[in-house]
Amino acid sequence: MSVAPETGAMEASATNRRPAVGTATPVLDVAHLSVTVRGDDGEREVVSDLSFSLSRGETLCIAGESGSGKSMTSLAVMGLLPQPAARISAGSVRLGDIELTRLSESRMCRIRGDRVAMIFQEPMTSLNPVLSIGRQLTEAIEVHTALSRGQVRQRAIEALQAVRIPEAERRLTQYPHELSGGMRQRVMIAMALALKPDVLIADEPTTALDVTVQGEVLELLRDLQRDTGTALILITHDMGVVAEMADRVIVMRNGAMVEQGDVADIFSRPKTDYTRELLAAVPRMRREAGVAAPALFEAEAGGAISNPVASVSDLKVRFDLHGGFFGRVDRRVHAVENVSFQIARNETLSLVGESGCGKSTTAKAIAGLVPYAGDIVVEGRNLSGLSRTDRNAVRRDVQMIFQDPYASLDPRMRVGDLVEEPLVVHAIGDRTERRERVADLFERVGLSAGQMDRYPHEFSGGQRQRICIARALALNPKLIIADESVSALDVSVQARVLRLLKDLQREFGIAYLFISHDMAVVENISDRVAVMYLGQIVEIGTRDQVFFDPRHPYTKRLIDAVPVPDPAHRRAQFARLDREIPSAVRRVGEEPNRVTLSDVGGGHLVAA
Amino acid sequence: MSTPITPEISAPVLPVRARSGVWPRLLRRRLAVLGLVIIALVVAGAVFAPWLTPYDPNEQMFDGLTLEGAPLPPSGQFWLGTDLLGRDLATRVLYGARTSLIIGIVANGAALLIGALVGVTAGYFRGWIGSALMRFTDLMMAFPALLLAICLAAILQPSLWIVALVIALVNWVQTARIIYTETSSLAEREFIDAERTIGASTPRILFRHILPHLLPTLIVWGTLGISTTVLLEATLSYLGIGVQPPTASWGNIIFENQTYFQVAPWLVFFPGAAILALALAFNLVGDALRDILDPTQRGAS
Repeated sequence: MSVAPETGAMEASATNRRPAVGTATPVLDVAHLSVTVRGDDGEREVVSDLSFSLSRGETLCIAGESGSGKSMTSLAVMGLLPQPAARISAGSVRLGDIELTRLSESRMCRIRGDRVAMIFQEPMTSLNPVLSIGRQLTEAIEVHTALSRGQVRQRAIEALQAVRIPEAERRLTQYPHELSGGMRQRVMIAMALALKPDVLIADEPTTALDVTVQGEVLELLRDLQRDTGTALILITHDMGVVAEMADRVIVMRNGAMVEQGDVADIFSRPKTDYTRELLAAVPRMRREAGVAAPALFEAEAGGAISNPVASVSDLKVRFDLHGGFFGRVDRRVHAVENVSFQIARNETLSLVGESGCGKSTTAKAIAGLVPYAGDIVVEGRNLSGLSRTDRNAVRRDVQMIFQDPYASLDPRMRVGDLVEEPLVVHAIGDRTERRERVADLFERVGLSAGQMDRYPHEFSGGQRQRICIARALALNPKLIIADESVSALDVSVQARVLRLLKDLQREFGIAYLFISHDMAVVENISDRVAVMYLGQIVEIGTRDQVFFDPRHPYTKRLIDAVPVPDPAHRRAQFARLDREIPSAVRRVGEEPNRVTLSDVGGGHLVAA
Repeated sequence: MSTPITPEISAPVLPVRARSGVWPRLLRRRLAVLGLVIIALVVAGAVFAPWLTPYDPNEQMFDGLTLEGAPLPPSGQFWLGTDLLGRDLATRVLYGARTSLIIGIVANGAALLIGALVGVTAGYFRGWIGSALMRFTDLMMAFPALLLAICLAAILQPSLWIVALVIALVNWVQTARIIYTETSSLAEREFIDAERTIGASTPRILFRHILPHLLPTLIVWGTLGISTTVLLEATLSYLGIGVQPPTASWGNIIFENQTYFQVAPWLVFFPGAAILALALAFNLVGDALRDILDPTQRGAS
């Protein structure tokens, strides 16, 4: 397998604008790589016997669920394995004719960044917040080249322009917090590509970004790769991204390669059961799955819902920002502006939108976690006018499941006590009755009652989310608010949790307010959908109305931006943002324009 | 969306451990047992001092000094030697343990309690009450502790309990600061929001969910505080506003004799070693307790 390419040939091909994919000489050749991590119970293999090679200009996607060893593989290639616990126990990693596994740290440093570069998942944390963009960018270039100051600066500006950052020169003096998440990720890409590396490893580069921004970043990576001939290893759990980007795919599970092949083959003729199941679990939008639009929208979802579980009218949430010399309130974040909607019994209403659009704040206002203006009526009782005790009674009807099952359970309590707690708080039943109810709930959400004495950290992410669901169910609520409750889970786990939620809805007649940025998930679970933009609802209607007949430009852009898990549907160009989303921060006294929703038929309301 | 892919790890990652009580688990740790033994010895020494030594702590013995009037080094008769006035050092250290234990445990405990209350209140409620409490804490921090202690001790009649009170009033500030920071970051955590959505009352959130997370910090500060408070008491005695002579405390034995360190090192060495041993013992027990009380740490040892 090992090939020693002549360096001359490689340099010659670097000038080639469009290198053929899959040429004979691999840039990177990984053979029989095994990585072990030392833990309490001895050494554990996290990557075992992995072999692949990568040619110039090729995009290799490594797909797999959490714990499959995909990130460990990339860290092993970069020589960045967490020390001293993890080490390469066998195999080789060859970059051209250099064996990376035997390289000293100082020599590896010269290769890192120069010939192999990496982009990490979190654009918020992988830039140093106290250094300017320019400083960080030029530093990366200075370390590896002998250029003069002016040349380095020029190179940095070019790099920023290459990633389509407007006003590149001015950006050099800015600091990371002045840029949005998408911009920051572009700066990271600029840093990684400034030295034209042979191999770029991108570890979940778009997972933390909104869909529309994700589309842009992916397109950018694709264009840059075409221009520079860099080989790209893209690590992702998102099969949509895989289909959009990959030439070849490696599917990993539990540290071992399950399947390797051409992207079209993987998607159309998966060879192993695991790949088939992985693909089956991916939530798809029906439009792409070839489902025809329903002929006519029945009037069943007409505007007014009689006897709703919850109805929200003119909800406003604003956060004060203090500024000026005396710390007076001079600006406000208009997080939620005049939001109105109703949720019927047994119905799932989804709130979608990108980060910062106010969907989570809306959820928090209904759950009583943030102060608000306007009316929230639950089961016919208006929350604003109630005394503390009455409000607590209403609380029983509205429960919430949070996004991060790792953060929303007190790590120092046993899970049985956590599920029992709502019953204790509301003084329901005696101790034995409560324990029985908790045991029932555990069984109901697919856990065993024997696990009640364990602590949260002893469970996996999916199991913890089940515990959160059991906890929310304990009080027999009428409405459960699910705030990005499946976003942090692997697709297979996600599919099962969604199924559980649907089953529970059928069984107990619960209404859900489902908050998500994932359009495919939303389409699968919702009855009705509301799209939020800058704190206001711009479109609301039944699922079919919104997904098959989106009227508002923002809704259209959101739907178009979702990567389709099918390589045959690759888009030539992604939905591109013409500008950054404006800020919801306004000066005191400056009121935002109130959008008016008009009915375009069948209760489908769209902002004019 | 048909068959499940990977079974979610249903077996626990950690082997099931017997969930025994705190004591048995504490006694299983060798260092914690050592700490407990030292504490027990000091307490026993303080309580049974009159039966353990043939001398009176304040008795100036004629044969306790050399003919030139210098103190005697440790010997068969005076185990730890004698001090400048010919008193038996071993006896004084034993009786001094009474004072030092009260200061180290009561004064330090009170400081910890005040600090924790102020810190938790300010950190959880914020707003004007938080600001007021923390500005007051800053003020106390900026004020020289010794000066404050001197003022307080001068106003009130010096006695052991007053000294304990003064020390508590001086020492709570650091605890308050640290607990404030920890509480305010804990209050932002998602599981606290989750508690509020199930309707949990504020006391419930504070005592069942926030306090347990503060325990490690409180334990560390509590054990560190023992040596500082014992020494602060010594400083106060030295200035004549602490425990009044001839009552012995570990701190004032050191201060009385520090100028003779070169000619009679045992006078400083033994009480110093006693302070160190006590602080170390509490530290060992505290460390072990912290690990035992934290369920997420289990299996780490």
